[in-house]
Amino acid sequence: MKAILALADGQVFHGLGFGADGDAVGEVVFNTSMTGYQEILTDPSYEGQLVAMTYPQIGNVGVNPEDIEARRPFMRGFIVKDYTAQPSNWRASQPLHEYMAAHGIVGIQGIDTRALVHHLRDHGAQDGVITTTAASAEEAVAKAKAAPGLVGQDLVKNVTCTEAYDWNQGMWQLTGGYKQRDGTSAAKRSRKGSFTAPKYFVVAYDFGIKYNILRNLAESGCQVRVVPASTPASAVLALKPDGIFLSNGPGDPDAVPYAKENVQQLIGKKPIFGICLGHQILGLALGGKTYKLKFGHHGGNQPVMDLTTRKVEITSQNHGFAVDTDSLIGAAQLTHVNLNDNTVEGLAHRELPIFSVQYHPESSPGPHDANYLFKRFTDLMAQHRGS
Amino acid sequence: MPKRTDIKSVLLIGAGPIIIGQACEFDYSGTQALKALKEEGYRVILVNSNPATIMTDPDFADRTYIEPITTDMVEKIIAKERPDAILPTLGGQTALNLAIDLAEKGILAKYGVEMIGAKLESIKKAEDRDLFKDAMRRIGLDLPKSGYARNMKDAQRIQKRLNFPVIIRASRTLGGSGGNFAYSAAEFKEVVQAGLAISPVHEVLIEESVLGWKEYELEVMRDHKDNVVIICSIENFDAMGVHTGDSITVAPAQTLTDKEYQLMRDASVRIIREIGVDTGGSNIQFAVNPRNGRMTVIEMNPRVSRSSALASKATGFPIAKIAAKLAIGYTLDEIRNDITRETPACFEPTIDYVVTKIPRFTFEKFPQAKDLLTPQMKSVGEAMAIGRTFKESLQKAMRSLETGSFGFEPKVDLSEAKRPESLAIVHEKLTNPNSQRLWYVGDAYRLGMSTEEIYQLSAFDPWFLEKIRELIVTDQEIEKCQGKLAELEEPTLRAWKEEGFADARIAKLVGASEATVREARKHKGVEAVFNSVDTCGAEFEAFTPYLYSTYEGADESKRTERKKIMILGGGPNRIGQGIEFDYCCVHAAFALKEEDYETIMVNCNPETVSTDYDTSDKLYFEPLTMEEVMNIVDRERPDGVIVQFGGQTPLKLALGLERAGVPIIGTSPDNIDLAEDRERFSALITQLAIKQPANGMARSYDEAFKVAEGLGYPVLVRPSYVLGGRAMQIVYDGEALQNYMTFAVSASPEHPVLIDKFLDDAIEVDVDALGDGDEVVIGGIMEHIERAGVHSGDSACSLPPKTISQAVQDEIRRHTVALAKALNVRGLMNIQFAVQGSNVFVLEVNPRASRTVPFVSKAIGVPLAKLAAKIMVGRKLKDLGLTREIIPAHVSVKEAVFPFNKFAGVDTLLGPEMKSTGEVMGIDRSFGIAFAKAQLGGGVRLPKRGKVFISVRNEDKASVTPVAKTLDDAGFEIVATQGTAAYFATHGVHCEVVKKVQEGGPNIADQIKAGDIALVVNTPEDARSHADSFYIRRCALDYAVPYFTTIAGAEAAAEGMVYLQQHEFEVKPLQEYFAPALP
Repeated sequence: MKAILALADGQVFHGLGFGADGDAVGEVVFNTSMTGYQEILTDPSYEGQLVAMTYPQIGNVGVNPEDIEARRPFMRGFIVKDYTAQPSNWRASQPLHEYMAAHGIVGIQGIDTRALVHHLRDHGAQDGVITTTAASAEEAVAKAKAAPGLVGQDLVKNVTCTEAYDWNQGMWQLTGGYKQRDGTSAAKRSRKGSFTAPKYFVVAYDFGIKYNILRNLAESGCQVRVVPASTPASAVLALKPDGIFLSNGPGDPDAVPYAKENVQQLIGKKPIFGICLGHQILGLALGGKTYKLKFGHHGGNQPVMDLTTRKVEITSQNHGFAVDTDSLIGAAQLTHVNLNDNTVEGLAHRELPIFSVQYHPESSPGPHDANYLFKRFTDLMAQHRGS
Repeated sequence: MPKRTDIKSVLLIGAGPIIIGQACEFDYSGTQALKALKEEGYRVILVNSNPATIMTDPDFADRTYIEPITTDMVEKIIAKERPDAILPTLGGQTALNLAIDLAEKGILAKYGVEMIGAKLESIKKAEDRDLFKDAMRRIGLDLPKSGYARNMKDAQRIQKRLNFPVIIRASRTLGGSGGNFAYSAAEFKEVVQAGLAISPVHEVLIEESVLGWKEYELEVMRDHKDNVVIICSIENFDAMGVHTGDSITVAPAQTLTDKEYQLMRDASVRIIREIGVDTGGSNIQFAVNPRNGRMTVIEMNPRVSRSSALASKATGFPIAKIAAKLAIGYTLDEIRNDITRETPACFEPTIDYVVTKIPRFTFEKFPQAKDLLTPQMKSVGEAMAIGRTFKESLQKAMRSLETGSFGFEPKVDLSEAKRPESLAIVHEKLTNPNSQRLWYVGDAYRLGMSTEEIYQLSAFDPWFLEKIRELIVTDQEIEKCQGKLAELEEPTLRAWKEEGFADARIAKLVGASEATVREARKHKGVEAVFNSVDTCGAEFEAFTPYLYSTYEGADESKRTERKKIMILGGGPNRIGQGIEFDYCCVHAAFALKEEDYETIMVNCNPETVSTDYDTSDKLYFEPLTMEEVMNIVDRERPDGVIVQFGGQTPLKLALGLERAGVPIIGTSPDNIDLAEDRERFSALITQLAIKQPANGMARSYDEAFKVAEGLGYPVLVRPSYVLGGRAMQIVYDGEALQNYMTFAVSASPEHPVLIDKFLDDAIEVDVDALGDGDEVVIGGIMEHIERAGVHSGDSACSLPPKTISQAVQDEIRRHTVALAKALNVRGLMNIQFAVQGSNVFVLEVNPRASRTVPFVSKAIGVPLAKLAAKIMVGRKLKDLGLTREIIPAHVSVKEAVFPFNKFAGVDTLLGPEMKSTGEVMGIDRSFGIAFAKAQLGGGVRLPKRGKVFISVRNEDKASVTPVAKTLDDAGFEIVATQGTAAYFATHGVHCEVVKKVQEGGPNIADQIKAGDIALVVNTPEDARSHADSFYIRRCALDYAVPYFTTIAGAEAAAEGMVYLQQHEFEVKPLQEYFAPALP
């Protein structure tokens, strides 16, 4: 079926639809990862966005029941150059388009994604539409112009869990898949690998949390209770956690003032670790400012320097906003910096056991260079336990 | 930390001659390293015996030693130059092995030289299979089960644990030499025996077979601060069982999920840390079981490699250059990414296209060798192509190979009647890996086989197969459009082009000419656009114009208003057309930059210096086909195109380009054609009163006999328009001619066969000259060592000539000038003469760059190719300062290097068909020592004492006697079989008699195997005793005993041997040979 990708500035690309039919409206961004489209598809941070993959061959490995980052995909639409409908991988359980169709995700293939990236790079990320229903390019552009945009929109409420839940899954292994915590029913049911009892209790704010964060926390020895984004600080403290985690999530950090307010009440009470949107919210809570990047960082090859060790880690990133360094002078110190554009990648409170990173140490997809940060968090909790 | 200041000088070790498994990728890496080190202000000393390299140009290092890469020679260089450090990770296995030896013998310690780039311990950990396995186990990685043996008994014991098949690999060899599968006890014994013999440490590894598993490679870099990045992932199209150098490979990996890829990445990071490669690049290979994802480590190269050259070209990340900078102390974050300028080199390139490499084979050169691919590498070159999709890149790579394929042409008869036979052929070809297997996949689909069936036979991943299936579907759709070209609409044509279909393939399928197809699609607006290779998937702006064509919307080629010259490269390496032509193309780029032209390079060989984005102003990584070259011409509208430097590849395009109105600079295509066209050329020769061997041309089978009988046997026969003596033969009688005409070539009016009277016992001479339209200057006169009849590329030669009289040389000079003027040569020209007594015959004239240009340039200290390029844009020889022939006071000898040891059962005899893969150069003050150096450079250590076995045909007995006498007098013991011994006895040569092979044991073969023979001289005999002499030659090869199969070669060797008895080798850099010429 013919499909059109239209941008709000009038740029139009013609292609063929795959996955679900219909219209998908959102901010158009590009991701430079060469592997891991299934994880990208199911990353809640892509709520409200249409994602173009710069790597042209998509669908090669199909989808499988393991490589998911949330209960369902949240990305609005998927833009690719060359789609493969017959996957080849020992874990593949179905082709990507079937999975997308089942979840109502509209895809468009046959797009000159490189030209699209050039356009976004030069003109900035902007709203767009993938449509299989528009009769003309003009109609498609009109739909794109009508998009609400990301700035000021609370997208977190669309993706956060409605009720708190406990997490018991550990990291993935080649043989056996995900480890399950000993004593859980899942661990008893399967012969998969298991891991030992937790040492720390962590409450994780779900602003759109990726499962792999939870898996990393569990694997690092944390018992994790995931709570909805709007959970009051008092309710969190009532759970008596050893530490609090602020998750990643979609959209504009300024659009979730309740999150900032809750975090402000938690500062000084418990060790806090934030990732991505969680990092931005922490930045705001510490009195800083955030701003929108021209086209964001979305990919798995961004070099970040840890300023304490001066070592470089190759990181997975997915954000359209960033914390303004100058706005935090005095409150926090810069711990990590992006070597491509010198933007803030990590900060730490000057006195308190609080730190956060803009990028994704849980990767999935992407390199595992930064997963030491989970240990940094448990070390902090160990130091401050009971204080 | 910035660069180290405690080091002032660095010795870089090159890779030596081009051989299978070690080709010009090490000129690329070495040249990058030299540039990087010089840029940082270090004093750089280079040793490399290969004169055809850019790196050995005297401008690239402070001291350039074209000397054999052996421990004793390099020790002499170290003693003389006293470098602070030695960098051994950019010269392939040769450099690494040498560095190990230098370190273990205490030579580095003695002279206080630090090994940088890799530590001895790390190299050994990576290279020694035992140490490597222990290391892998320590970090918890999975390995194929294996054991390792130094004798047959141990080998058999290990095998019992593993079942069949098993793979046997010889330790510390290049390109997997001596590696093979065994499916039975008998096979096992044979393979182990060969492996033990070929391994320099007499050790084989016996391993669990991972045959049919998926094969991957990761290119990893690490700096001394322990930052590690992965530059590129590569997935092999051919499953495990085919050497990765012989595999079709694709970048990036296509069929891994992120979880699996990250496991491999984590493993690579752990491996490079555990092995301890502190600074530089490594290549790590993995096998993955397609059924359950089990991942095992196969091997690691703690150095830059063929794959790292491919990865550099595939991503735009210059691994060798960065490796050199890391070796001298920089960290990855301190080095900028050249392409984006703004971002650091400490990142992992992401690409938004697909890269396919296809190896190029030359089985046609070795008719006795089977076209069967194994863990032992056999390919001699490779082509790489870039496309936005796998399908596009695959089809571009297929036509880049220049084997006459423009896509999936059928290989079998597809008619219904022949179906069973065709299916049987396809089954066999898919099952046994071979150089044509890709094309048989196409036929398998045409014959109705399913992806699953093809997968079961070939173990090609179904993802790749499905893409080929789609291509075949389109191929068949195109065929249905026969005769309907004009009716086709834009979307259809565009879709075909997006899938990578060549105009030539479409033309063939629709029954039109290529030009018509091109016109038709251009008329509908379907034109190629160019995208850049930018390391970052367009995330950042790219400043380096490194481009490939595709069929999409936006074009990134940014034509400038500067005057521009386009240089057409030589495509994939093959026997007969290799690095020498790339050398010339690179020089053209350098020269024209100096002349302030914008230079535009077109080539598709990832191993080369020409495809380094640093070499020219713009690089188009494209197939050298009419279609792709014209696409670039249309875009760039160059002021001139150079076709005379890239060998036969661009020459084949010259007339077509000229017809299309493209300005070809230098000697005109018409004059190039005049020299190539026998009839036109004969007329010219006659007019100039120059002799050539009596000759004729046959356009049919019958005509060939008439011509041959008219000339009288023996005759030399060959097809017109060939390079490297393809299908050239000396034919001694009618029966042989019949054979040749039936099996070797088919003559036709378009493809005539050339027949020359063969000049027996003539000396061949090669001349390179430069012409500017007014003046002609001779670059060098080279006397071949082997007699006429041995291909010039396979013959050793001496500059200046060794035996040719001054009068004959002067006649050669006169002819050269006359021919150059008659052909109005502007640029380079090469002429081959044969000298019989005092008669000089012209054999061949090529008004273009020749294989000997780099050798001559180094021998005389003048960069001929560079001057030639300047002449082509209008400069004159006198402006360039070359007004007369330079006759050096020293002697330079070029020797060829052969791949016989890679092809079991192949004879080592030399003939008119070229078989060598590379060359080395020996320079010294006299012929004997220069020759001995050249031999040593080629891996042949001439003995100073011991037994010399001589067995020659009757005709050679008289001429070999003085050689025997010389050696006898010099204290060598002569050994000969009955006939030769009797002859020697009557001519005063002391001689021991040894049995022939068929006379029972102990015979000469036993003596060779026992290591009792120091040198073998053996010339081919008639058919009756051929088997015997073949066995001796093969034995000598397999047991690494120096051998000569021509009398002239033996004479030269004897001279060298006698000289060596009295003299030590000395080393001297090029800069000292030409010191007076330097300011």
